Amino acid sequence: MKTITTETDLGTYLVRLGDDNLIIAQRLGEYIASAPELEEDLAIANTGLDHLGIARHLYTLAGAIEGDGRSEDDFAMQRPERSFTNALLVEQPNTDFAFIMVRQLFFDAYQVPLWRWLSASGNVDLAGIAAKGLKEATYHLRRSSSWIVRLGDGTAESAARAQAAIEGLWRYTSELVTSDDLEDRLARNGLVPRSSDLAGEWTVTVDAVLEDAMLMRGSDPFQTSGGRTGVHTEHLGPLLAELQWMQRSYPGATW
Amino acid sequence: MVTTRTATLEAVRRLLAGVTDPEIPVLTIEDIGILRGVDLLDDGRVLVQITPTYSGCPAMEVIKEDIRAVLAEGGYDTEVSMTFMPPWTTEWMSDEGKRKLAGFGIAPPRSELTITDEVLCPQCGSGRSKVVSEFGSTACKRLLVCTTCGEPFDHFKEM
Repeated sequence: MKTITTETDLGTYLVRLGDDNLIIAQRLGEYIASAPELEEDLAIANTGLDHLGIARHLYTLAGAIEGDGRSEDDFAMQRPERSFTNALLVEQPNTDFAFIMVRQLFFDAYQVPLWRWLSASGNVDLAGIAAKGLKEATYHLRRSSSWIVRLGDGTAESAARAQAAIEGLWRYTSELVTSDDLEDRLARNGLVPRSSDLAGEWTVTVDAVLEDAMLMRGSDPFQTSGGRTGVHTEHLGPLLAELQWMQRSYPGATW
Repeated sequence: MVTTRTATLEAVRRLLAGVTDPEIPVLTIEDIGILRGVDLLDDGRVLVQITPTYSGCPAMEVIKEDIRAVLAEGGYDTEVSMTFMPPWTTEWMSDEGKRKLAGFGIAPPRSELTITDEVLCPQCGSGRSKVVSEFGSTACKRLLVCTTCGEPFDHFKEM
């Protein structure tokens, strides 16, 4: 058992952010060829690619800080479900296009203030990754916001689907902007923000988009969590089974 | 020694001028602004620093290999490293690069100083276009269609 130091904490935190980005990238990848039009398939693929790239850089940095020689692939492919600490929101399975865009809006509205904060982190390597993440997340948010407005202010069918997606995903939103001991320790050293400090901006962003879209916030006050401690919904296991199948069957395979 | 070093770095830079983006082959890595530095290491190897355009840009792996290959042909052993700070911006794209992009049929990124809503169609030069998708064939581009000549075209997004 390693003693907890700022370095081990930072490594744990980087893997957490990496997991968020890897898992949503995989979900977006699953949806390619199911979007309502070809251009949106391209957009979904490229958004996923941005998240995958960020995950790779975060895992690589986590491995360097850890110093045990773990590579980005080791983090992505060789860990069991309980070791993943992504937020529950990003693992929720794709249903329809409205669901994809609502999940993306909720996630983008969290990532923009997160990356903005981290681009001034005391860890310069993390700050560099975050500065790039901020540019990308800002663009993602612009796209997801405009889609939610088009869906909400579109047909009765598109508005109903968007509202159903909001209801279905609302319970996973508080977890994004709730802090824990890990963040508190790192925040005291000026390395990361407390997620709860991002809650205000998240709410303002989401409320403004929903108002433009003539959609309502989720009506069910129930909120759930567990992702940050590795306790997931039943949906992460099957996702990882598909993601990791090759490396689990043929460990270390390269080509 | 100083002249040798300068001469070597110049030779390396000349070789690197032949390394292009595999997805936009008219642009060299210097044109795009992703070549961030060239240096000689104490052990005699060449250090080339590059920065990604987008976090997930799949071309970066190919570009790394191309850099090593072109310098190996010139007799140099090379280490390619990635830098993230400061983050890449389309402001670093050279004017020459922007001209080449337009000639290739891709609307170049506009300067942040003069940004307007107009993106000039690389086919007919019209400033009237509409966005088809916020992403094009790669993450660095989006897809527009010219409302004058009716041709769709990629626009290299400002970043």
